[in-house]
Amino acid sequence: MANKKLDCGWFSILLKKIPLKITLLFLMVTGLFFISFLLGRYPVTPDTVLAILLSKVFNISKTWTDTMEVVVLQLRLPRIIAALLVGGALSASGAAYQSLFKNPLVSPDILGVSAGAGFGAALGMILYYPWPAVQAMAFLFALLAVAVSFFISRFFGKNSMLVLVLGGLVVSALFQALLSITKYLADPLDVLPAITFWLMGGLSKVTNTDALFVLFPVILPVSVLYLIRWQINVLAVGDEEALALGININRIRITVMLCATLMTAAAVSISGIIGWVGLIIPHIARMLTGPNFQRLLPTSFLLGSGYLLLVDNISRNAIAVEIPLGILTALIGAPFFVFLLSRAGKGWTL
Amino acid sequence: MGIAVEGLCFNYPKHPNLLNGISFSLAEGDVLCLLGPNGTGKTTLLRCLLGINKISRGKIWVGNREVHKISARELARMVAYVPQAANMVFPYQVIDLVLMGRSPHIGIMSVPAEKDMEVAREALFKAGIAHLENALFSEISGGERQLVLIARALAQQSEILIMDEPTASLDYGNQARILEIINELSRQDYAIIMTTHFPDHAFLACNKVAILKGGKILALGAPDEIVTENNLSALYAASIKVVAAKIFDDPPKEVKVCIPLLA
Repeated sequence: MANKKLDCGWFSILLKKIPLKITLLFLMVTGLFFISFLLGRYPVTPDTVLAILLSKVFNISKTWTDTMEVVVLQLRLPRIIAALLVGGALSASGAAYQSLFKNPLVSPDILGVSAGAGFGAALGMILYYPWPAVQAMAFLFALLAVAVSFFISRFFGKNSMLVLVLGGLVVSALFQALLSITKYLADPLDVLPAITFWLMGGLSKVTNTDALFVLFPVILPVSVLYLIRWQINVLAVGDEEALALGININRIRITVMLCATLMTAAAVSISGIIGWVGLIIPHIARMLTGPNFQRLLPTSFLLGSGYLLLVDNISRNAIAVEIPLGILTALIGAPFFVFLLSRAGKGWTL
Repeated sequence: MGIAVEGLCFNYPKHPNLLNGISFSLAEGDVLCLLGPNGTGKTTLLRCLLGINKISRGKIWVGNREVHKISARELARMVAYVPQAANMVFPYQVIDLVLMGRSPHIGIMSVPAEKDMEVAREALFKAGIAHLENALFSEISGGERQLVLIARALAQQSEILIMDEPTASLDYGNQARILEIINELSRQDYAIIMTTHFPDHAFLACNKVAILKGGKILALGAPDEIVTENNLSALYAASIKVVAAKIFDDPPKEVKVCIPLLA
């Protein structure tokens, strides 16, 4: 809590309402955003980057080369924005699902999103669809997979959470099998490698159009989750007690599932399958700001977007060739998480 | 605000006629002790009163409004539930949990305001655990956890409390503490229903006792009338004596105690 009396009106109100940790996190992510533009094989100075970015809004006389503009605006900008959105979306979904299922071992994949997306993308690739269509297929099959899980629980499980998870397992297994069939039928010279690389996750093909398409399906659901953050928080006490407190748990559950599914499907459609982020980032967020969803949601989103941006920077700059994102998130994240485990201990009660 | 039940019936698919025509009423300041052996449906009855279970027949009034005509949020502003304390997966702070009791007063897209925080803190104070405000729920004792749940119910600012075995698995000290709080709340005109497996508590904290068995209320009245050797022995199918213990304090008191006699 700030002890000094900051007498600057709205700014001081803002500072008091937002916990210090979240403000710091936001500043760090913003800093990382700008630094990321400076990383890459083609050198661009910070003032040039700033000028190029601002030139889209203001009228600044052009003091840079065309190549620089392409590198900044067509290569780096979409990737950076996509990394932020995908990382944030996966982490926020993970946090929401872990709160919903009251289980810290839940990831956004639990209802079959990734398996569905994987199959959709692979199907698009063996049918030789153009790239945007492949992404659309990934998105649609991701939504379909979750819809099937949901309807299994609705019609055969009387809306029970356990049956929902089982439905997700079943649907994931089904789509994994279909994916395997697709891999089996794929041309081993060009299509199969493409499928394999898609499944490893990566942002190298992301364009500004992609980033723009993903912006709305990520920002809107996250905003909805933020609006109902208190209702999601109260779910932690269990169904009976939440009902006795007047919470409409069915409506909140469906809203959370819709939002998390939309975010994750959009993220996965442009980035491929990136595991780990949705499962572990919420844990780290919980270690930082506790399980209260009011703080957990923004912390998870910021932490996830920063983490994926950092890892993507490493992925495209560490060695001569690009390292797939899904591999790096796990290679870097796993040891780091073990390190955190050794230091902390109060993150959960298991 | 009182609560009244008439002809309540409820079934589970595997237990037809679990509750078969329950009727009773409770006024402000009444503390009703619900006695019954394991499995008679005490907890089920409480869930019906809270609107969690949908009854098949009968009526429930809270104040003078029927429960099925009131929304869950409005009902939560009138009736609070104190369950048995259970483990939580995530380590919430005590103050966060008590704040959740303010939910019926918080809009669906809002969060607790400064005023809700004040009500929560006052509830913690009333429950005698103001010093535990920032403690983690997972790190406090069982008795303290039960007090947190009571504080949460107090934060709801509802006039009717429904408590499911509030003294279960608590040591004598904590049992006494909880019963004292119940007495104090009854003096403040709360209407309280509590289930318990300790008939003694009926003498300590309640002014009405109901015996639930076979889906019906077999007896309803003051503790002295209802908690008798005959009733208890029939209820629990064991030999139970009710003894008046003389306490040589100043002034001398007499408190009734129930003792099961082993064969």
